[in-house]
Amino acid sequence: MTDGRYGKHGGQYIPEILMNAIIELEKSYNYYKNDPGFNNELTALLKDYAGRPSLLYYAKNMTEDLGGAKIYLKREDLNHTGSHKINNVLGQILLAKKMGKKRVIAETGAGQHGVATATVAALMGLECEIFMGLEDTGRQALNVFRMELLGAKVHAVTSGTQTLKDAVNETLREWATRVDDTHYVMGSVMGPHPFPMIVRDFQSIIGKEVKEQILELEGRLPDAAIACVGGGSNAMGLFYDFIKEPSVELIGCEAAGSGIDTGYHAATIAKGQLGIFHGMKSYFCQDEHGQIAPVYSISAGLDYPGIGPEHAYLHDTHRAKYVPVTDAEAIHAFEYLSKTEGIIPAIESSHAVAYALKLAPELSSEKIIVICLSGRGDKDVAAIAKYMGVNINE
Amino acid sequence: MSKIEAAFAKGKAFIGFLTAGDPTLEKTEEFILSMTEAGADLIEIGIPFSDPIAEGEVIQRANVRALSVNTTLDRIFGMVKGIRLKTQIPIVFLTYLNPVFTYGYDHFFRECGSSGVDGVIIPDIPYEEKGELTPFSEKYGIDMISLIAPTSRERIEKIAGSAQGYIYCVSSMGVTGVRNEIKTDLSSILSDIRAATNVPTAVGFGISTPEQAAQISTYADGIIVGSAIVKIIEKYGNDAAKHLYEYVFSMKKAMA
Repeated sequence: MTDGRYGKHGGQYIPEILMNAIIELEKSYNYYKNDPGFNNELTALLKDYAGRPSLLYYAKNMTEDLGGAKIYLKREDLNHTGSHKINNVLGQILLAKKMGKKRVIAETGAGQHGVATATVAALMGLECEIFMGLEDTGRQALNVFRMELLGAKVHAVTSGTQTLKDAVNETLREWATRVDDTHYVMGSVMGPHPFPMIVRDFQSIIGKEVKEQILELEGRLPDAAIACVGGGSNAMGLFYDFIKEPSVELIGCEAAGSGIDTGYHAATIAKGQLGIFHGMKSYFCQDEHGQIAPVYSISAGLDYPGIGPEHAYLHDTHRAKYVPVTDAEAIHAFEYLSKTEGIIPAIESSHAVAYALKLAPELSSEKIIVICLSGRGDKDVAAIAKYMGVNINE
Repeated sequence: MSKIEAAFAKGKAFIGFLTAGDPTLEKTEEFILSMTEAGADLIEIGIPFSDPIAEGEVIQRANVRALSVNTTLDRIFGMVKGIRLKTQIPIVFLTYLNPVFTYGYDHFFRECGSSGVDGVIIPDIPYEEKGELTPFSEKYGIDMISLIAPTSRERIEKIAGSAQGYIYCVSSMGVTGVRNEIKTDLSSILSDIRAATNVPTAVGFGISTPEQAAQISTYADGIIVGSAIVKIIEKYGNDAAKHLYEYVFSMKKAMA
C-alpha cells in the first residue's frame, strides 16, 4: 500500500492552501516518531499525566448475568479527561510544539476531543480554539464550560447541520485562514493523509495494552474486540495490533439512530456510498447527487456522515465487521452497565456495550470479548435524563 | 486558440463567479447573459455542494439557496446548453469533488464537452491527486484549472508547469469573501508563476471594488470576483440582472 492509501481509500483531497502544512506535518511526524527523546516524553506524559496504562477490567457481573462469553472492559474512561481522546491529543500537541506551532485548533462532537485538546493546550501553554456545532453545544453544554474553564475559546458553528461534520468544515476553514503558526489537532482517524495514520498510531496504545493485559490475565488473545465507530479512532486504536491476529474478530458499532431504514441515522458502512470528502476517499452517507447527507444519532460523538479510510478498507477486505446499533439499544446498554457494573459509560461507548449484550449470550463461556469503553458517561447524564423524560434541573 | 486563451488574449480579463441555481437556474442564465453583456470575459459557475469548505459565508448561503431548489448537475448542464445558443463566452465550472465523483468522472467530463463547458476548477483536488481526473479531462478536451495559494511557495513551479487554461491565484489566506485589504505579496507570487509558465494568471478571493480591480490587474492577467457578485444576487434576488450589469461594467471599466 502506498503512503496515505488504504486500498482505494484515503488520499489527500484538500485545498492547495493547506498542502504545504500537511506535507510539513508528515515530514515532522516521520522524523519524531523514531526520535527517542520524543517517545520518552510522550510515554512519560501518557503515564504520569493521562494515567496509562488504562485498566482491563473483568466485568464479572455482566458476564454472569449474560451467561455467555467472558467480558472485559478496556477502561479508557478512566484516563485523564475521561476518554481515549487524550492519547491522540498528547501525541499531536507534543508534535505541534516540536514543530514550533503556537496555537492549536480542533473540531469536537461530544466535546471529548475538545476537552482533551483544551486540557493539553493548557498544560503545554498553547493557544486553543475549539469548533463545535451549535446543536452539540446545547446537548453537551457541560463540556463547553469545561473547555472554557481550561482556557479555550469555543466557537459554536451555525452552518449546515450544526453538528460534527460542520465543526470539521469550520475548523478546516479556520486552518486555511491561519496555518503558519497553527496545528489542526484532528480528533479521529479521518481527514487527509497523514492524519488517519498519525491518529491511529497514537491510539494504537489501546490495543497494545489490551494484548499484553489479556495475555497476562488469560494467557491468550480475545475472540472478539468491540468498539464504537464515528470517525473511528478508539476502534482503530483497539483493532490495530489485532489486525494481524486472524483469530480475533474485530467489530465496529455504528450509530443507527432511530434505525437504519428510518433516514435518521449515522450508519456509514450500512448505508453509505464511496465518496470523497473532508480530505479522504471513504464511505459517506450522501444522496444520489453526492451531497453529504444530514445524519442523526443521540450520540454527538458518532453523529458523523463518514468513517476513517482504514476502517473502510478493513470493511472491504472483510477483516473487520461493522454493525448498526440504535439509540434505544445504546440507552439500554448505558443503563445496564451503570446498574450491573457501577460504571456509567459514554453514550458513544454504550453502542459497543449494546452489541456485546447481543453477542455475549450467543457465545460459550470459553470465549473472551473485549469492549473498548472509550469514555465516561457523566457528560451524557443530562441528555439521557431528558430522553427518559426526567427533569433534573442541573 | 482555445476559448479560454482567447478571453485573456484581448486584454485584462474580468471573471465573474456565481452559484448555479441561486435563486433559480432560469435566473442564473439571465445573470450570466447580463454579466456577459456588461463586458465579463469568462464566467465561473459554482456547482452547489452541501459542504463547501473553501467558501466564506456569502457563498455558503448561495449554496444553501441553490440546493433548496433542487439544483442538480444534470439540470446545470441543461442550462449551459441553453446559454450556448446565445453566447460563446468561456464557461468554467467550480465544483467540489464529491458531486463529480458520484456523477462519474467520464460522464461528467463528457457532459462538460457536449454542453460547452471549457474548464473545471476543483478546490479540493490538489496537484498530488489530480491524476485521478486528467485522463478524463484530456479525453474530452476540458481544461483543469489549477489553484496557487500564498502558502504554495516551492510548489508553484510544478503546479504552474502543468497548468491549463489559467491559473487561479488565491489572493489571501482563508476562504472566499470580500476583504478590505489584500496583504499577500502577489507580485512576487505572480513573478514566480511567470517564470514557470505562460499560462495566464487570474487573482481571486476578496476582490470587490473597482480600485482593487484596477490595482491587481496591473500585475495579473485577470481578476476573479465571486462573493461581491453573489452578495448582489442575495440582495436583489430575481431582480439582480441590471445591478449585476452595472457592477460588472464598473469593474471592467476600472481595468481598462
